[in-house]
Amino acid sequence: MSFLGDVFDWFANGDHWTGNEGIPHLVLQHLGISAISLVVAVLVALPIGLVLGHARKGGFVAVNVSNVGRALPSLAILLLAVLTFGIKDPPEVFRSVGIGSIPTFIALVALAIPPILTNTYVGIADVDPDLRDAASGMGMNGRQQLWRVELPVALPLIMAGIRTSAIAVIATATLAAYVGWGGLGRYIIDGLAVQDNAKVFAGALLVALLAIAVELALGALQRVLVSPGLRVDAGPAGEITTPPRPARA
Amino acid sequence: MGSVLAAGYSGSAWIDWSWVNDHTTEILTRLREHVVLAGLALLYGLIIAVPLAVLASRKRRLLAPILSVTGVLYTIPSLAAFAFLLPFTGLSRETALIPLTAYSLLILVRNVVTGLDAVPPEVVEAARGMGYSGTRQLLRIELPLAVPTIIAGVRIAAVTLIGLVPVAALIGQGGLGAMMLDGFQRSFRTPITVAGVLVIALAVVVDAALLALQRLATPWTWRARSIA
Repeated sequence: MSFLGDVFDWFANGDHWTGNEGIPHLVLQHLGISAISLVVAVLVALPIGLVLGHARKGGFVAVNVSNVGRALPSLAILLLAVLTFGIKDPPEVFRSVGIGSIPTFIALVALAIPPILTNTYVGIADVDPDLRDAASGMGMNGRQQLWRVELPVALPLIMAGIRTSAIAVIATATLAAYVGWGGLGRYIIDGLAVQDNAKVFAGALLVALLAIAVELALGALQRVLVSPGLRVDAGPAGEITTPPRPARA
Repeated sequence: MGSVLAAGYSGSAWIDWSWVNDHTTEILTRLREHVVLAGLALLYGLIIAVPLAVLASRKRRLLAPILSVTGVLYTIPSLAAFAFLLPFTGLSRETALIPLTAYSLLILVRNVVTGLDAVPPEVVEAARGMGYSGTRQLLRIELPLAVPTIIAGVRIAAVTLIGLVPVAALIGQGGLGAMMLDGFQRSFRTPITVAGVLVIALAVVVDAALLALQRLATPWTWRARSIA
């Protein structure tokens, strides 16, 4: 019981709620770098996925990027980026949009691209050919088909990819503390270093709650964005669970 | 930092092959630790997930709660999950294995349920008509037909686990992540690059091996028609 008491005391300590090592500041750092990394990843991956998916070209690459992407060693990317770019504070322009650490930003963007790219590609390329026929029969050109038919139909899968990336980004932003930057990993890494179990546990609790909150928020966003007729719950893992379909004749 | 580097190796090169040549034993040891940790987590994951999924596909109202719980587990970042257990299990292998196993559950349960659901009802009916009992029907008919979907899940789980294991090095569990941290502490890129490339290579090889296994185990999925 005394351990949970220690954790409670840690949260009750007013010092942990103010200043640069305080919970609000670290939560904002964590969310800030996660959000900007996710936005940049969407800006890179979404157009590529849309174009390739619409043309139904490069599927082999897109699907394999996704499989390997799951094993992307973000720790290695982060550490190599630190050795390459150093850990000094980035220029004000970067900091003002939430990028407090260039190496962390690089690792997070690299991590977030594959799930969004693959899910966008698969979502668009797998749109029922009958729907596409109907769209061209109605006189839509390629661009109109993409925006009015393929994108809305693929949206559940695209959102699932974005959710997968968001969860991975929140999780990996925790590692930024290991390379001397901030975010909620601070408490875990610092607590580990001085064997302060209450601090480690409190940090873990905060990171877990943040991840769950982000997942729920994105789930809610998806319900708003996706047409009611197309709802499927892909869940937090967001992967395509069925084996690849046989090639169409 | 940096000065700890043994003479003759280049700390700034992305990869220094002479270091790789001199440290093959260490590299293979780390690779083996990595495979063991990911493999055990996958094994435990299957042992828990298959019965859970069979239960959920039989008793439908259990499916939503099981998926919710495994979904929450999946959402918890790995470093946080290790940190949760640290006060109780210390810097032990269990501290890494329990969360890693938990991560595989969502993927495995969902794929096993999807696979069982996709078994055509007329096949189940035919089996029943031939006098198959519940257990025999499950083991001889339903699970074998669900194998392609189950292995699709195993592939995702295996590759995900291989990518998660490096973080376990932060709580002292070795594997290729330990090589990355070791290189970082000496400002020496080669071990980080080698470990990173090996993580990806391991994922690719395991993924391909599981796909091959699936094709061998379920020849009917590709022998009748040619399926890409």
